Amino acid sequence: MTATLPRVDTATAAAVKRRRRPLGWLAVVPLLAFTAVAFGVPALAMLDGAFTAKDPATGAGSYTVDNLTASLRGAYLTALLGSVKLSAVSAGIASVVGLPLAQAVVTSRFRALREAVLTASGVLANFGGVPLAFAFVATLGNAGVLTRHLGLTDKGWDLYSFWGLVIVYLYFLIPLMVLTITPALDGLRSQWREAAQNNGATSVQYWRHVALPVLLPSLLGGLVLLFGSAFAAYATAAAMVGSSIPLVTLQIADALSGNVLVGQENVALALSLDMVLVAGLVMAVYLPLQRRSARWLA
Amino acid sequence: MARLTLWRWGVLGLAGLYFLVPLAASVVFTVDVPGQGIDLDAYTQIFSTGGFTSSLLLSLELAAATIALVLLLMVPAMVALRLGAPRLRPVVEVVCSLPLVVPPIAFVAGIGTVLKWGPEHLSRTPLFQTFVAIQNPDFPFVLVLAYVVMALPFVYRALDAGLRSVDVRTLVEAARSCGAGWPQALVRAVLPNLRGALLNASFLTLALVLGEFTVAQLLGFQPFAVWIVNISGSQAQLSVAVSVLSLLVTWVLLLTLAGFGGRTRTTSRG
Repeated sequence: MTATLPRVDTATAAAVKRRRRPLGWLAVVPLLAFTAVAFGVPALAMLDGAFTAKDPATGAGSYTVDNLTASLRGAYLTALLGSVKLSAVSAGIASVVGLPLAQAVVTSRFRALREAVLTASGVLANFGGVPLAFAFVATLGNAGVLTRHLGLTDKGWDLYSFWGLVIVYLYFLIPLMVLTITPALDGLRSQWREAAQNNGATSVQYWRHVALPVLLPSLLGGLVLLFGSAFAAYATAAAMVGSSIPLVTLQIADALSGNVLVGQENVALALSLDMVLVAGLVMAVYLPLQRRSARWLA
Repeated sequence: MARLTLWRWGVLGLAGLYFLVPLAASVVFTVDVPGQGIDLDAYTQIFSTGGFTSSLLLSLELAAATIALVLLLMVPAMVALRLGAPRLRPVVEVVCSLPLVVPPIAFVAGIGTVLKWGPEHLSRTPLFQTFVAIQNPDFPFVLVLAYVVMALPFVYRALDAGLRSVDVRTLVEAARSCGAGWPQALVRAVLPNLRGALLNASFLTLALVLGEFTVAQLLGFQPFAVWIVNISGSQAQLSVAVSVLSLLVTWVLLLTLAGFGGRTRTTSRG
């Protein structure tokens, strides 16, 4: 390389600074343009479709709120409530189970265990989907290994029920809780526990008055995040075909592919809009909580 | 202290049971044919089953294209945010978090609507050809577009964490004052320092694309995850075998990466 010697004077420094600004904008523009096309256009199409009704005779579209009211009525409402119930129950259980598990992993002396659990959590929390569903069908389904060997069917067990789905959902929600709460647990200083012990506090008192109040924003944030994740899940439920549980994601898929009734696409879009609103609400609760928990962890 | 240790092992043991039993039972399910004993047919059949190679190849191609495109879009933008456009930071952060607010199923409902405009409104315009081209079943580019959007939050977090530990401004200024052009400074000074973050982002995207089901199924394409579901009706054992394998492969892949990342972190600290 034939590098020219740098002339260190103010003129070139200013020139560099002046040249830097347009570059900064230029490098971000492709990303923004891409998301506008690949994400913005479908999102707007969904919004538009949710408020559009097509006249079957003329094919002309007109704006209406009929789709939205239809999406909040009858079978669709049942599905929406079913999704909310399933997500709330499984997120609640996963939070209660995930906290002690994360605590056990965080306080462990084995670094390898910690790495393995956190990585496994990352895999299961984000990429479970179809394989997860099949693992459970093989384990607890009608012909599953445990079902056959323990004779669970006679005891009234059915994987394709509300509680069956909760058990499957926990498999990716507990890891998600572990991932979310681990930074907060790492932030609990051992001095706090020592200070509490020196003042004569029992372990229970320490958790009740020191640790849990500090963890509360992270815990609630995690709970909300888990709810959102369970609410949006589709692959797991869809792969466990035969699920008699009404879920909003399954309803959208059915309506989109015209499985049940033809011409329900716009109602599907309205249902999607309902989901986006719920997910938006989840984020609106989650982000302030996360910021609040960051105060203690700094 | 002994009580504490006991408590910890109790919790870990129960969790291990819950998380390992389905995997173990799945393996048993694939090798144990009722009444015939152990047999490994489910695993030996995988490669000869129709659609396995083509769907896996399709998934890998989609993953490669997605990783290339998402890094091409994100790396310059993220570096630029550090260098010259800090005011755009909140904008990019929000844009990259938006996919979290729109669940995949709602996103695909929107994509489906847009794709339907092709035949309905645009059949006489040149755009129509584009619509047809991106839906080519041999290589559905529309899936790449969707996956890039879905990968944005992961890639943003991975790159942001990587950039936080590197002083990009000093690196670039050093390279520039040694006479390097902008592209050269980026490729030869910044990128090598981001190797860990780039790997991390790539693996997360790979795992995302390999496991993605919702968008592909509803748009009617057949990559790996959709293929597994489609064969499950006729070959339950095979589908479970492939599921277990894919879960384990992803796990090992990310575990290797975590080990790699952990080692670089400790060396840089020491």
